[in-house]
Amino acid sequence: MISWGRSIAAPLQKNQPMRPYLLTLLALALALLLSIVIGSVFIPPAELWAALSGSGANGTFNTILWNIRLPRTALILLVGAALSGSGAAYQGLFRNPLADPYLIGVASGAGLGAVLAMSVQWPYTLAGLMAVPLAAFAAGLLTVLLVYSFARVGGSVPTTTLILAGVALSSFATALTSFLMLRSSGELRRALGWLLGGVSQGGWDAILALIPFLAIGLPALILSGHALNLLQFGDEQAAQLGLDTRRAKLVIIVAASLTTAAAVAFAGIIGFVGLIIPHVMRFWWGADYRRLIPLSIFGGGAALLLADVLARVVIAPQELPLGVVTALAGAPFFLWILRRAKMGGNW
Amino acid sequence: MLKAENLLVAYHGRPVLKNISLGMEKGEILALVGPNGSGKSTLIRALSGILPVSRGTISLSGRLISAFGPAERARQIAVVPQGVQMPPAFTALETVLFGRTPYLNFLGQLSAEDERIARDSLEQVDALSLAGRLMGELSGGEQQRVLLARALAQCSPILLLDEPTSHLDLQHQMALMELVYKLARECELTVLVALHDLNLAARYADRIALLENGELKAIGAPADILTAEMLSQVYGWPVQVVKHPFQDAPLVLPG
Repeated sequence: MISWGRSIAAPLQKNQPMRPYLLTLLALALALLLSIVIGSVFIPPAELWAALSGSGANGTFNTILWNIRLPRTALILLVGAALSGSGAAYQGLFRNPLADPYLIGVASGAGLGAVLAMSVQWPYTLAGLMAVPLAAFAAGLLTVLLVYSFARVGGSVPTTTLILAGVALSSFATALTSFLMLRSSGELRRALGWLLGGVSQGGWDAILALIPFLAIGLPALILSGHALNLLQFGDEQAAQLGLDTRRAKLVIIVAASLTTAAAVAFAGIIGFVGLIIPHVMRFWWGADYRRLIPLSIFGGGAALLLADVLARVVIAPQELPLGVVTALAGAPFFLWILRRAKMGGNW
Repeated sequence: MLKAENLLVAYHGRPVLKNISLGMEKGEILALVGPNGSGKSTLIRALSGILPVSRGTISLSGRLISAFGPAERARQIAVVPQGVQMPPAFTALETVLFGRTPYLNFLGQLSAEDERIARDSLEQVDALSLAGRLMGELSGGEQQRVLLARALAQCSPILLLDEPTSHLDLQHQMALMELVYKLARECELTVLVALHDLNLAARYADRIALLENGELKAIGAPADILTAEMLSQVYGWPVQVVKHPFQDAPLVLPG
């Protein structure tokens, strides 16, 4: 039996149902603003408004804003939202607080699919960009199904086997990815930059390619909140309470893998966002998945934006890979969760 | 209403229920008794329609249970399972509200009516004061009552209860059985209840089904099933049965 550590956060006050959303959206707005104005060139807020409304006299600010900052900010926002939202869904689906897109191997699998697609030298068109996330989705879904079938013991998925199967398949996929990159005559630089957790250089096209995946995946996850709640009782009780468990789990696994794969295809290996943010939201606002999924989506976007701002300023003018920042902040947090959970005696 | 015919259920090729045939009438309380491992929980799970059946059929009002969709089935049959995991972070009221699942739209939106029904259900099991408490903080007996309230909130004509009194103190044990009795008599609910306490079964059940090693040893009126000979044999312990001094029921006394 798995307990959620201290996830037993105080239930929400009845009279303030909107408060978590307001606070999270406020943080998101702040992160958006920081991400837009901060960088190698600082855009003063006054100029920002002018450039946004198209009346700016300063052409440099215009170019930086529309060609660099805004597409990057939008991409980071979407990727953070996707990783965190699917992380929350995986945690609920597997009833396991350690399930995040990376630990259970789906991200590495998606990465393998992405590199496979990149090695085919797709042109830098929208269709070419779409091929990468599609391949990532297929490989990611395959990985999560493999991990699930290896890790399953009877009707449940214990932490130990889940992590072991996830790590094993993850290493396998990563090794295959390295092999492919060594053998590939294709665009090595693109794949290499991607692998370091760098943000793809696709500009607005990358965002257009990302949106269809998220437009299907994220709403499906949000609508699965009630089903995820029921699944916390286990498959049997969920079925006795009237949930079509088979269908609900299929929807969740496909939607979460779709969003993860899209994020991985465009942003590479960015760990820990999908693990931490759902836990933070659960600590603060409780374990109700109808609320947890949307809050994780908004919070994940905000958190990854802030991490990206850090990545830009810590050793400016050089940039840190985004994956380095999230891991530096995420690893200690992850250990803290492990510690707390151990003290709860339930692992 | 609910009927099993020649039921065979097997785990990993090992049969746990063999050739079980029984039917329940509307408004009846059928007690399920038998030693540990005799198949009581498995029979309840099978009757709730969630276990794959190797052979035989389960039907509800003449229709195969496998033909019902999950929500449709949950509107007909509510289950209080035994020894199950409970998410600790939901409140008692939230937990009971999950009983309303088969009536919700695909968004899972709850109405004021759902909340009223959930509160009524909590009140029926004397647990309204626990409404705002987290399940993880409740005692085993309190959790058990909340689970019964969740089943009541399903508003189904059939209740399957798997040892609902196992963690309850004397007062709540009696109160629960009185509630079950009232629901069967006044609301014509059909109740199948697995019990370890043979005297509770003797006192409240219309009929008793005695399981032994996955087979239905006997089914019938309490006085016919709860005999010294039968119980001594099935339970492997000498048992005496006398007439209850105050009630019209047999009284089972282990020797």
